[in-house]
Amino acid sequence: MNGTRLLFSKPWIWSFAATITVWIVTVLFTGGASSLGLSQAALTFAAFSVIVGLGQMFVITLGPGNIDLSVPATMTLSGTLALKLMDVQDGMIVVGLLVSILLGFGIGIGNYVLIKLLRIPPIIATLSMSFIIQSTAIWTNRGLRIKPPEILASFTTSNLFGVPNIAIVALILSVIAWVLLEKTVYGRWISAIGQSTFAARMTGIPVDGTRLVTYILCAVLASICGYLLASFSGGAALNMGSEYLLMSIAVVVIGGTAVAGGNSNIPGIWGASLFMFLVVSMLNTYGFGAGFRLILTGLIIIAVILLAGGRQSSR
Amino acid sequence: MRISTSTIRLVIPAASLALLLAAVFYMQPRAMSYTGLNLLFNLAVPIALATVAQMLIMAVNDLDLSMGAFVSFCACVTATFLQASPTLGVLIFLGAIVAYAVIGVVIHVRELPSIVVTLGMSFVWGGLAVLMLPSPGGEAPGWARWLMTSRPPFVPMAIVASIVIALITHFVIMRSSVGVLIRGVGGNVRSVERAGWSVIRIRAGTYALAGFFAVLSGIALVGLTTSADANIALRYTLLSIAGVILGGGEFVGGKVSPIGAVIGALTLTLAGSFLSFMRISPDWQIGAQGAILIVVLGLRLLLNRLEKREKSR
Repeated sequence: MNGTRLLFSKPWIWSFAATITVWIVTVLFTGGASSLGLSQAALTFAAFSVIVGLGQMFVITLGPGNIDLSVPATMTLSGTLALKLMDVQDGMIVVGLLVSILLGFGIGIGNYVLIKLLRIPPIIATLSMSFIIQSTAIWTNRGLRIKPPEILASFTTSNLFGVPNIAIVALILSVIAWVLLEKTVYGRWISAIGQSTFAARMTGIPVDGTRLVTYILCAVLASICGYLLASFSGGAALNMGSEYLLMSIAVVVIGGTAVAGGNSNIPGIWGASLFMFLVVSMLNTYGFGAGFRLILTGLIIIAVILLAGGRQSSR
Repeated sequence: MRISTSTIRLVIPAASLALLLAAVFYMQPRAMSYTGLNLLFNLAVPIALATVAQMLIMAVNDLDLSMGAFVSFCACVTATFLQASPTLGVLIFLGAIVAYAVIGVVIHVRELPSIVVTLGMSFVWGGLAVLMLPSPGGEAPGWARWLMTSRPPFVPMAIVASIVIALITHFVIMRSSVGVLIRGVGGNVRSVERAGWSVIRIRAGTYALAGFFAVLSGIALVGLTTSADANIALRYTLLSIAGVILGGGEFVGGKVSPIGAVIGALTLTLAGSFLSFMRISPDWQIGAQGAILIVVLGLRLLLNRLEKREKSR
């Protein structure tokens, strides 16, 4: 009894419950034939949302107004640059990854410099930054579609014991993020800053340093995601990051992280990412047109947030 | 003479607009004419209306991420229903405004984050727009076309319209008691509640008013472009937020400035024209827009610092 109550007090349980429901509904429609394929596809595509969602979660935890809109542009530039640099050579895979991570570092520092030195609200700072990054990506890309190196492409598209490799990468990153958040002083610091920046400053927490690290972390995760996504889809495209702007915010919030900051939730991001992918594929299997699919996606997002938010206010 | 803080709040966006305009005139003296100004500011009217709508939402400490999708939806309605059967079109718009009020109520009652609810709504509006116009098309109603392309003497339509929008919203938000209540909810919900006002009604009203301005934005946009498509105004979400901030508004605290918001929208529109005069390669157009945003906000910081130094002296 106590166990059930404990389980239901976890905010992430709702997103998983919703995910399982949608999965069952979809599989029932196809008569169970698609269950393995659907699960693998869901894990693969959810993994990309999870990776960007983790970074966005750290930023959102910092408190009201903190949000990183440069995620899609960072993904695009990272994918484009990395593939161009690797130039289909297997030997350059590690170099490409390092360059991606380095790029994320640079963008994260750039974002925070704007926020701190120019006192620009994070939304506008990261937005202006994303314009510049996007331009750089257009300039580097030049409409060329370079293939990823052979080994990298097969790594990102294959499975290990039935589990997509990308999902395993996302899982490892999630565990690292969880340890960072729950077991290190850094995690305590960002939660403290999210709950009250003033109080955090008074207790001697290095607020600026922590925020800087958080924006760097978010940009690095977006870079890694762009690197993997470009390799997975066989080349970088200029619009490849665009759907991840709303996605990264949606999975964080549906997953139960408080938008007001100070409270974050990693299992919820997985639940929400799987849920978002499964909703779209469910509507696809039922043969809805693009218009109805969008409307239903929106209504489902609102319904989930109404259910989850209702619990909080009845506290 | 003492200058109030609200005036300072206005001086900075106005100065950056003037600076940008001077730069454009310097590079292209022929822009300094009736037609030139009309071309420069042509697209400013719908952006200004959307910015005012966003500003209303931001005045009650919320943020509307569905603005672009909603303006696109309104543009599609204008180009189809409002043109073919005006009564039905007006009814749809009334329904949409009521929907905005309901969103405001839901956000308030369930204490939901506005970002997420409007994010969900952006899918809904986008979907409805795609259902109406799966491919670009439609036709502008004659009167909307006439209004947007009319040529008043001496001053181009775009500038007349911007001034009218700025004055009307300034009156509603800064001078009327309704405006004080709206900004009061953003500044201190509790004290508004304690004073006996129904916050839920104020929020619903604010959202409805924002919906009304967004509808106008959609109509104005179709009046200019003569046809619509489902993605026509998606960039308005970010443009409108940037316009409010450029105009001296803040994300929290009910600190907004309607005149500033309109000036912010004009600045953003002009930045686009400025870049095409500069003959910057198309690759870097978006990036340069970002850079201009950063420079203008940097200027604002500089002026704020100067003002503080003046005060402490």
